[in-house]
Amino acid sequence: MRRLLVVEDSASTRALVRAIVEEGGALGACEVIEAASGFDAMRLLPRGPYDLILTDINMGDINGLELIQFIRKSDRHRDTPLVIMSTQSTERDVERGLALGANAFVAKPFSALALSKVLASQFPHAGQ
Amino acid sequence: MPDNSGGGRGDSSVEKAREDFLSEAQELVDGLSRDLLLVDQQTRRGESDPHIVNDIFRAVHTLKGLAGLFGAVRMAAVSHELEELLDDLRLGRIELGVKVVDLLFRGVELYGELLLAEKGHAPEPTQAVEEFLFSLGAVTHQGAPGAGGQVAQYEIDSSILGVLTEYEEHRLRTNMKADVALYRIRVQLALTTIDSALDDLKAAARPHGEIITYLPTGSGSDADRIELEILMASHAELETLRGAFRGLDVVVEAVKKRGGGGSRSSQVDATPAPSVPLAPAAAPAQPPQDELDEAVVTPWPSEVAALSPKPVHTPPPAERGSVSPALTVPPPFPGVVHPEAAPGAQNRDLSLRSVSQTVRVDIRKLDNLMNIVGELAMVRAALGRITERARGDARLRGFGSELHRLQRSFERHLTQMQNGILEVRMVPLGQVFEKLARVVRQISREHDKEVNLVITGAETEIDKLIVEELSDPLMHMIRNAIDHGIESREERSLVGKPAAGTVALNAFQKGNHVLIEVEDDGMGMSPEVLTETAIKRGILKREEAEELTTREIFNLVFVPGFTTRETATDFSGRGVGMDVVKTNIAKLGGVVDITSEVGIGTKITITLPITLAIISVLGVEVHGRSFAIPLASVEEAIVLDEALVRSYDGREALTQRGMTLPICRLARLFELEAPPLSDVGARRPSKPCVVIASVGNRRLGLVVDRLIGQQDIVIKALGPSLRSVRGFAGATELGDQRVGLVIDVAALMDEVMASEKERIGVVEGARAR
Repeated sequence: MRRLLVVEDSASTRALVRAIVEEGGALGACEVIEAASGFDAMRLLPRGPYDLILTDINMGDINGLELIQFIRKSDRHRDTPLVIMSTQSTERDVERGLALGANAFVAKPFSALALSKVLASQFPHAGQ
Repeated sequence: MPDNSGGGRGDSSVEKAREDFLSEAQELVDGLSRDLLLVDQQTRRGESDPHIVNDIFRAVHTLKGLAGLFGAVRMAAVSHELEELLDDLRLGRIELGVKVVDLLFRGVELYGELLLAEKGHAPEPTQAVEEFLFSLGAVTHQGAPGAGGQVAQYEIDSSILGVLTEYEEHRLRTNMKADVALYRIRVQLALTTIDSALDDLKAAARPHGEIITYLPTGSGSDADRIELEILMASHAELETLRGAFRGLDVVVEAVKKRGGGGSRSSQVDATPAPSVPLAPAAAPAQPPQDELDEAVVTPWPSEVAALSPKPVHTPPPAERGSVSPALTVPPPFPGVVHPEAAPGAQNRDLSLRSVSQTVRVDIRKLDNLMNIVGELAMVRAALGRITERARGDARLRGFGSELHRLQRSFERHLTQMQNGILEVRMVPLGQVFEKLARVVRQISREHDKEVNLVITGAETEIDKLIVEELSDPLMHMIRNAIDHGIESREERSLVGKPAAGTVALNAFQKGNHVLIEVEDDGMGMSPEVLTETAIKRGILKREEAEELTTREIFNLVFVPGFTTRETATDFSGRGVGMDVVKTNIAKLGGVVDITSEVGIGTKITITLPITLAIISVLGVEVHGRSFAIPLASVEEAIVLDEALVRSYDGREALTQRGMTLPICRLARLFELEAPPLSDVGARRPSKPCVVIASVGNRRLGLVVDRLIGQQDIVIKALGPSLRSVRGFAGATELGDQRVGLVIDVAALMDEVMASEKERIGVVEGARAR
């Protein structure tokens, strides 16, 4: 069972990611752990390890970039695959995220297929 | 549109996500509307708060993402354009003026319409969207780039600059341009109390300036606490800030100006990262975006690489515009270089309390729970009867008292449970009042009247279902108040009133009811004019008019077809509306009353039950059986004077105050046998009463043996096998361990006033029970 931490301030987007990841079947058995803000993520990080972290960028207080930097500096999560989900209009923010150590980017809005593909590409044996 | 159907996902999860989408979008739009009202007020005072504009931007940004995800194409299009406008606003490319605020308000309305369409309650507002997009297009991208003044140079760690979002960077630059000093605030927060601690920090910071960003440093953090570095812009002196944050256990430092002799600049971590100078802005003619690219962005990739705890190969930054949806980058941190102590075992003890303390609940689930409570109340009644019997039997006395004790405890907990469920259904009226503030603004503008809305009691709580149904009636009442009530500026100044009219919305709780008053300080209504109008409209005969009390005269405005205006305006004065208001409020079990004074103003009072789950009923007895009549449909109860009963065509009617009232003897209708005398013995047979019930304009007198009294009950719906029986809304426990049927007055009227044949149907249905 893979554990994914999804950091996103929109509840319905979290629900959709959960539906795609947990029931889509494309990724094998997965569990989604939801964080509703950067601070929530900070609280949940010590409860890792996670097989993948999926984060939004444009969030209040601690933004996604700050979170990415924090994750990459932490001993525990520096190697965890990290995927950004954000709208394409915030290209520069996405570029920064990638430079800070995120591994991939999926543009919102995404299709079930697009999200599954990007996530699968980050697993050691994609699709099992 | 994304492929939401593919991938073999469980449909129910997607359906649930969609429901979440609709309610989340609604919440965002409500928040948007709230923020916009603030912005409107500020714009008029010539102030501006960049945080609110950014909040609005973020809400629209989220809406856009959501609309895209859930295939709401038009909403996505509207959001996209609005986002552009808001982006221009927050990045200072265009000025926030009345025209722009109007457009944003129009956007909020459009969102409302689009959401209704998404829920399937209305057609898609295609035309409106087109028009809106057109008018938006005229505003965006017109603004001149902000002037690039001399930018003070600060030493800010590249580790901070590298993680600022575009907006945060803009705020930093704006503050620097305005020569606002920068401060760095370091604080350690326990993860368990971070939310409240953060609120305290924000509250302390707010009077002194603007927080640009919150950066978790990674050092000083462990499983229980994190260290944050907060970048703040403030006009205040260092000592003032230190004072403001006193007691919050923070370290405040001024960020050193480059070349200036400011205080020491500290670094985020041990890595000797060179500070990045923020160069002066480029030539003013250039758009600020490019300006930023040159000034700040260019140096960062190498800085970030240098910052990393170990040598990495950082991918070259992607070209602008080349970030593809599924772009992947090799992991920049291969292998473990820093072998450090494994995270402590206490991690496992860290509580799971996180994401959110709240859940969304479909109100139908609460209805279901309430129904079960109703059912349990009847079990309690049955238990009570058994208990009484046992206590009355000498051989079973001990058993009886034990049962009695248990029953008391059962009763107490049942009441607690009922109250608990009711509490969950309650929401503050503020939800609907906020929407009304927008309406007031719009209408007063269209009528060129200045109107202040004064709200009190927004925190008063009421059933969620009632709140949903309140906005239309309240909106209509407010439109009426502004259109008919508040005078024009000239008229007001002539009579010595302030130019701005006032509409007050007051809410408060009174027992099991919530009262909402809509009060204006306008011209008021004259009883004479109202009567004359009613006579002219054929609603009232002159001789009837003389018998009316003042209160009855004012309530004429709720009669269908009544209007004092000769010409209709867009909003009110069409003579439809106030009667609809009354009907809608009545559907919620509420009543409307109106008082007015010429030259002083008008006050409409709505009295609503606090919840729909509990209704007030009048308990009555017919041949030893109990029935409940919802109080909302009871006008009055009078003693039956058989001498006044006339029979026409096999139907009976009563002449009462010159009006004919059809009556229906419940005992006969339900074919109830008179109880044996021994049962009645203890009670003195009382005179039969007529309960005058009314629904809309229809009235019917229900003849009963005795009135038990008024009480608040929980209705238990009849089971599926009895659902076809018309005339009853359900069953209830009427206290005193009696179970009674709740009469559905409207259905009963339909049946009684319909043909003889159908009437037999009711009776047989009732007997079949």
